Amino acid sequence: MSRIKKAFDHKKAFIGFLTAGDPSLEKTEEFVLEMERGGASLIELGIPFSDPIADGPVIQAANVRSLRAGCTTDKLFDTVASIRKKTEIPLVFLAYLNTLYKYGYDKFCSRCKESGVDGVIIPDLPFEERGELVPIAKKYGVDVITMVAPTSKERIRSVVEEASGFIYVVSSMGVTGARSEITTDVGEIVETIRSVTDTPTAVGFGINTKEQVATYAAIADGAIIGSAIVKIIAQYGEQAGPKLYEYVSEMVSGIQ
Amino acid sequence: MGKGRYGKHGGQYIPETLMNEIHALEDAYEHYKNDPEFVEELDKLNREYAGRPSLLYFAEKMTRDLGGAKIYFKREDLNHTGSHKINNVLGQVLLAKKMGKTRVIAETGAGQHGVATATAAALLDMECEIYMGKEDTVRQALNVYRMELLGAKVHAVETGTATLKDAVNACMQEWTARVDDTLYVLGSVMGPHPFPMIVRDFQSIISREARAQILEAEGRLPDVVMACVGGGSNAIGSFYEFIEDKQVRLIGCEGAGHGVDTDKTAATMAVGTEGIFHGMKSYFCQDEYGQIAPVYCISAGLDYPGVGPEHAYLKDIGRAEYVPVTDEEAVQAFEYIAREEGIIAAIESSHAVAHLLKIAPKMRKDQIIICTLSGRGDKDVAAIARYRGIDLHE
Repeated sequence: MSRIKKAFDHKKAFIGFLTAGDPSLEKTEEFVLEMERGGASLIELGIPFSDPIADGPVIQAANVRSLRAGCTTDKLFDTVASIRKKTEIPLVFLAYLNTLYKYGYDKFCSRCKESGVDGVIIPDLPFEERGELVPIAKKYGVDVITMVAPTSKERIRSVVEEASGFIYVVSSMGVTGARSEITTDVGEIVETIRSVTDTPTAVGFGINTKEQVATYAAIADGAIIGSAIVKIIAQYGEQAGPKLYEYVSEMVSGIQ
Repeated sequence: MGKGRYGKHGGQYIPETLMNEIHALEDAYEHYKNDPEFVEELDKLNREYAGRPSLLYFAEKMTRDLGGAKIYFKREDLNHTGSHKINNVLGQVLLAKKMGKTRVIAETGAGQHGVATATAAALLDMECEIYMGKEDTVRQALNVYRMELLGAKVHAVETGTATLKDAVNACMQEWTARVDDTLYVLGSVMGPHPFPMIVRDFQSIISREARAQILEAEGRLPDVVMACVGGGSNAIGSFYEFIEDKQVRLIGCEGAGHGVDTDKTAATMAVGTEGIFHGMKSYFCQDEYGQIAPVYCISAGLDYPGVGPEHAYLKDIGRAEYVPVTDEEAVQAFEYIAREEGIIAAIESSHAVAHLLKIAPKMRKDQIIICTLSGRGDKDVAAIARYRGIDLHE
């Protein structure tokens, strides 16, 4: 069983996101371990990009901090390899497609396998264009996570059919970032997905309270928090470790 | 592989949230482009509102002065709103209206596309919001006020380099948040399919007219067709109907800024590499890890780190050539054409004029060049004065 599958096996998953290299790659390693200690079952590592078009202001700012601090794809692979020596928690990259394309799909996926990255989430790679990456990723056992949006509607069935790892259910329109209220009928989306595939679902975009985590982990198979975590890192910088542990523990406590 | 390919370039690399909307746009366009009523309506707007056809003007003085090829200018600067951008926005805003949208959003660099979109939105009764890099709102303050006069709301984008690419990012983000009533009116032949096709089709009116006009005037096709290239919409519009005429050389002129051997450049074809950004596979100015470069060019309209996918393809197959033109060369051309022909051309268009100044003298007198003047340069006068060290503010 893959590490991602294990994270969802007979339990609900709490997924935490952070932008790698913010404020430094050394700290990224510490933060991942703190979030795991707090009860996270999967970690998303954002690879910083100059133009993150799917991200809101909080994660955009983290991308800028990380790039200024010198984070590169190569250095990040080294950090992941180091994290992997200490933990078996599934690690998934969130990256824009150009990062993989420029690195070379084959070389990128091969380094994912080598360093212990289990999957990739690519916000600008829709179903129609997956063909250029998925066969290569498969060769190295790397899951290319499928995203489903509030606007997917009749597309859901075909989009999720060959999903692997987990399915990222985008709860809201627009970019990443905390929202006071989510108006999408996530339950209906999850139900449609479950009629097509057994691949687990996790809900993200706009989640930032314990109640929301509880609600969406109950409806789906997991909940994802990104911007709220990145905000803690923005506020506490190098000292964010213990705060992340506290925050994740608090969020996870809502999951039944 | 998804749709909308130009060789290996193009495609639809956008978030899932936008996919249904982009398919709806494609369906609507495929329907309306063959709908006689839509075609007639657009044709009427082009004739009676935009002032088409634009002139193909024989620049006799310049031809004499340079002593080589006969020089014709395709005068898109004489269109209503002062540039070729009106060709595309009338089509797209009319399409948005037919699709039942009530609001349009657009990015703008120099402000020409923003002004054109705000104009079409005013005329066709649509709500309009324009995203413009903060840096550009300073460089082109007059255009900001112009858009506001036309009833548009202008957002100054402060992220990244606060220029055109960041305005595109902001527009994509805004469109992702609100698709139901909104169409993103993209200003160039870039972004995900079907935008490069739609914008090219609406802009190809330039070469459709120019081809007929030169046949009328000279009884033969030109030897060279040239235009400036940022995203590449006036260039593809100028090239399109000549692509099958293999004897016609097609030349795109990019903004080299301080020069292609410096990091202050926006000459994507000269220094860019293959990448995937803003919804398309094409050439981009980027580093070894795919971080998009903070490009520079004196012209806000050419200050973009990528190029439309059809241009990338025309380059790959050798059908079109792309040449870099520096700030200094463009400013000299701006001054030259004003002095020689009494035309204040946009600093964007002046990049094409600058290259024309290099090649025309080397051509025979029986040869013909058509150079597109994509816009008028009133908006640039203060900036050019400052470039020359004259403290002039609008």
